[in-house]
Amino acid sequence: MPGRRRSGPTAGFFIMAAALAARLWLLVTLLAPATAVYEDQVGKFDWRQQYVGKLKFASLECAPGLKKMVVATEENVIAALNSRTGAILWRHVDKGTQEGAVDAMLLHGQDALTVSNGGRILRSWETNIGGLNWEMSLDSGSFQMASLVGLQDVVKYVAVLKKTTLTLYYLSNGHQKWGEQLPKSESVQYQMVYSYGTGVLWVLGVVPNSHVNVMTFHVEDGEMVQQVRVSAPWLKSLSGVCGVVGKAVLVCPDSGTRSLFTLALETEEEMKRTPLQALELEFGQGFQPWVLPTQPSPTSASRPQFFLQLAPSHFALLQYRPEGLSLLRSFPQTALVSFGTSGEKTVAAVMTCRTETKGGSVEETLTKSASDESSTQEALICTNQTYTINLYLAETGRRLLDTSITFSLEQNGTRPEQLYIQVFLKKDDSVGYRALVQTDDHLLLFLQQLAGKMLLWSREESLAEVVSLEMVDLPLTGAQAELEGEFGKKADGLLGMFLKRLSSQLILLQAWTAHLWKMFYDARKPRSQIKNEINIDNLARDEFNLQKMVVMVTASGKLFGIESSSGTILWRQYLSNISPDSSFKLMVQRTTAHFPHPPQCILLVKDKKTGRTSLYVFNPIFGKWSQVAPPVLKRPILQALLLPIMDQDYAKALLLIDDEYKVTAFPASRNVLRQLQEMAPSIFFYLVDSERGRLSGFRLRKDLTTELNWELTIPPEVQRIVMVKGKRTSEHVHSQGRVMGDRSVLYKSLNPNLLAVVTESTDLHHERTFIGIYLIDGVTGRIIHSSVQKKARGPVHLVHSENWVVYQYWNTKARRNEFTVLELYEGTEQYNATAFSSLDRPQLPQVLQQSYIFPSSISAMEATITERGITSRHLLIGLPSGAILSLPKALLDPRRPEIPTEQSREENLIPYSPDVQIHAERFINYNQTISRMRGIYTAPSGLESTCLVVAYGLDIYQTRVYPSKQFDVLKDDYDYVLISSVLFGLVFATMITKRLAQVKLLNRAWR
Amino acid sequence: MAAPWLLLLLLAAPGAVQGSGCRAGARGAAAEGCGPTGLLLEHSFETDDNVHFRKRGSLTWNVQDGTITLTQRQLTEDERGRLRDVAALNGLYRVRVPRKPGAVEGLVAAGHVSSFVPACSLVESHLSDRLTLHVDVAGNVVGLSVVTEPGGCRGHEVEDVDLELFNTTVQLQPPLTAPGPETAAFIERLEMEQAQKAKNPQEQKSFFAKYWMYIVPIVLFLMMSGAPDAGGQGGGGGGGGGGSGR
Repeated sequence: MPGRRRSGPTAGFFIMAAALAARLWLLVTLLAPATAVYEDQVGKFDWRQQYVGKLKFASLECAPGLKKMVVATEENVIAALNSRTGAILWRHVDKGTQEGAVDAMLLHGQDALTVSNGGRILRSWETNIGGLNWEMSLDSGSFQMASLVGLQDVVKYVAVLKKTTLTLYYLSNGHQKWGEQLPKSESVQYQMVYSYGTGVLWVLGVVPNSHVNVMTFHVEDGEMVQQVRVSAPWLKSLSGVCGVVGKAVLVCPDSGTRSLFTLALETEEEMKRTPLQALELEFGQGFQPWVLPTQPSPTSASRPQFFLQLAPSHFALLQYRPEGLSLLRSFPQTALVSFGTSGEKTVAAVMTCRTETKGGSVEETLTKSASDESSTQEALICTNQTYTINLYLAETGRRLLDTSITFSLEQNGTRPEQLYIQVFLKKDDSVGYRALVQTDDHLLLFLQQLAGKMLLWSREESLAEVVSLEMVDLPLTGAQAELEGEFGKKADGLLGMFLKRLSSQLILLQAWTAHLWKMFYDARKPRSQIKNEINIDNLARDEFNLQKMVVMVTASGKLFGIESSSGTILWRQYLSNISPDSSFKLMVQRTTAHFPHPPQCILLVKDKKTGRTSLYVFNPIFGKWSQVAPPVLKRPILQALLLPIMDQDYAKALLLIDDEYKVTAFPASRNVLRQLQEMAPSIFFYLVDSERGRLSGFRLRKDLTTELNWELTIPPEVQRIVMVKGKRTSEHVHSQGRVMGDRSVLYKSLNPNLLAVVTESTDLHHERTFIGIYLIDGVTGRIIHSSVQKKARGPVHLVHSENWVVYQYWNTKARRNEFTVLELYEGTEQYNATAFSSLDRPQLPQVLQQSYIFPSSISAMEATITERGITSRHLLIGLPSGAILSLPKALLDPRRPEIPTEQSREENLIPYSPDVQIHAERFINYNQTISRMRGIYTAPSGLESTCLVVAYGLDIYQTRVYPSKQFDVLKDDYDYVLISSVLFGLVFATMITKRLAQVKLLNRAWR
Repeated sequence: MAAPWLLLLLLAAPGAVQGSGCRAGARGAAAEGCGPTGLLLEHSFETDDNVHFRKRGSLTWNVQDGTITLTQRQLTEDERGRLRDVAALNGLYRVRVPRKPGAVEGLVAAGHVSSFVPACSLVESHLSDRLTLHVDVAGNVVGLSVVTEPGGCRGHEVEDVDLELFNTTVQLQPPLTAPGPETAAFIERLEMEQAQKAKNPQEQKSFFAKYWMYIVPIVLFLMMSGAPDAGGQGGGGGGGGGGSGR
């Protein structure tokens, strides 16, 4: 990191003076703006938030007193969280594909064992620092279960059960102790392994609808001691249904005969049936009941008590004794249950919905549930979103006093999905506990009964899967809005206007003095105490519009409003009825610029399977659903267009085209419909059917029907369409052309309707595979340019902006990543300089292209964008390493000459070199790497020099970039003291010298 | 500069593809054999916005040498009048060709590719249009583009005589081959530069050797004035020297 004082520009000038005649182009590379930040700027303009994803496994039962929990998630992350703050202590991100999926996690003392990649890899982690103790690659075979095995009070091994084998590994080093082939593995499905420190190990397999195979192995040498066949013609599967309780007693529920079957593995050879009626219980209709046992330590027997889930919201705590099963307590209207153990005490945690009426309500709900069968058939519906967790002693089923934790879920329609508890004994020997709750909107809550406060922390893990985001300007402050409103209103007399002006100026003055006072007040306090708390009430646009609201949509259907300068989540909304496989499109219908109308965003959600589309309208600043009723969409929507037509309340008209090519307008006000009718002949849109390789263009008719105008077919048997990208509508291009070395102008071809279509060949042989690039006018369907990149393969990343297209692909012949840039120029004369029309462009643009080698693959790519488009463009390239490279577009310029001439030097063109290098100083996120980056979003700010960047993946990172440096801002370390003292000094000196000169003149006159 | 090169490239590219046209065509599902195939060109211009395609002519696509020719008939009196009407109503003039070069006459099941121009621009261009048939690497028809020359509607009066015969240019456009990184040329250039340097030892002088007469006084001056920035400037100069020595 260079020193604080920047010597670059002076040095650059020095070279320029000396070596002007030599190579000007070298200077360009030398002076290329370094985008790295200074050490003291770290975290000033940027922030990063790290996530782990939705929980798959969690273990709170670390050694007591340790403030951490170990989790494994659906995002293939293994991490430890600080249980006091929720901060990530360490995190390991495995591959994002199925290869990294964690199949099982077991915790033993300080070590966490994980099985991943379908049972291929066994790892042991040191949970304090997250170091890898050892890693073993296992033989292939579908993974069933892993279990810790103890011998005489010491846990020494881990047993891994696969479809055909049972293998024991040492916990200390991962070496294999023994491995045994399981007999008849083609017919028997081995699913469970159990031991309790007696030196034997049971493996349970099932032949569906026939029998259970129970095999006993010696832990020491792997010798099979016994093999028993137990008839169970009603049993289909063991895992997720049966459980082992007490001293190796298998308990299986059967909904067909409405009974529970038990089998003591050590002694019995036949299942013992206990009808449910004997326990005064009944299974829910169509529900697969299952058993939840608990085994506090692998060296001792499981507890004889276990939970049985009878219906989606009905649990029962049962106890096994050799003489039979007995019911300890029934828990109707229950959301989740869990066991926890501390020392000798095992407790059961039960989460129920808290009913509003006090006293007697329990009986009420009980009778209600008994009378109304359907209420127990469905999952628990909790109307007030408030849940209570209570502890019960497992041995007796007695409720422990003062152990209830009540919490409310903020979002409607969310439901708790997982419950983990950690139990500890307080000083007075009473039981205390902490609970980790995960809801179906991927929110993690950590609760503890602590001096009136229930919630310790929460994590919004759905932000690990951001799918779409938009940045919206913040609203004006009251004073600014007042001033703005003055211009908006109709003139009401000279005097009235004058008074209004005076009053608004007064308000401004007042706001300014308040601001000054606050600054003065803050300046006296130590820096650490100043907290700029941002909340929804004091949201206001800053003077350069650098602070914005980031609206994020996540795959789980949760929406977030995040303040961009700090990363604070200001609002969240949950769409509960979103299927997991949906696509989202977020659009800004009304920006913040139309005070007093609130800004308005539209979220279009399409279920990929059913094609059902729904529309949500909301205020992006406050996260409130809009009062405006969105249109009811009966048919799947193929295309949504946001037109520049505005309603009288400045909402842009949204056109939705359904699969019958009918058009729905939103808002469907008379004003909009009239404007649509007027504009209809000039409203064109396109549809892409990538399955059939069909692109088609339509035009709107006056009666809001559509007509087919053009049709292209890219044969799907040869190549399939993988990407269609237009330009960003908000983009401004400042310069219409480029001045060349001979002082003539090369005009850019700026077709706003241009689409870049990328195809990949269906033939994936490395000699014949290719990538096709089509540039198509979206209005006329005219193919402006088509080219193939031979011996190339995807995934293709493409940026389409101004008059250029940059795409990246994998070259199968040279086995490297390559960039190709296409630029479109009209030539040295413009066809029609005043207006652009796709219908009136007889000449095809000139297409220039060049390719480069890039040393890395990329995970995301986007171009910077600024307010007026004066600032030079950079490409922001997300690398798999998690860094974001800011690459000047000048390096990807097809006009880079192979042999530099006088004219190309004049133009500052860098001579062609086939490789584009990655310089670490061009990383905009220094060491703040972003795991599994999926996208980069850029937005202009109020400053021309500054572009706001949000990169998202598993982590979210926000920063600002200055592609042409901060030409419109004084530097951070600008020496105000020096410049003002010089100024004052000069003024002072002028005054003194003036006085001196006067004296001198006077003296001379007297002489 | 680069622009004229590119024009050359554009002209040369179809020629380059022509050689492999037959092979490529034969591989594709569309072309049958290597002989000339016929494509029916149809057009539609109706005053009531309906689409009703009628025969305009037929394209003969010689897959062997990658050329395409068009034979078409004159517009009838009736059609001419209708075209004028459509133009007045700001209607569209559509054209289409079948995707598979099957029978010239009759329906083709594989569907069509179509395009359009505003009818008025066709009228005002005196029926001079340019048709481009885009094909993919395997010789399948991808799209059809039509533009009139000159384009646009400016409201010029057109005489009937000018609306008799189409003045059509037909073009076949296979996809161009996008260039790869040009490493060979780059290495050649580097070698050339090196050779030049070896020839011309004058150029080989280092930065300091060439400009010491400027640097020494400035450094001296800075040292005398005792400016704190002197170190930084010296370093910058050195760095520049290294770069320029290449």
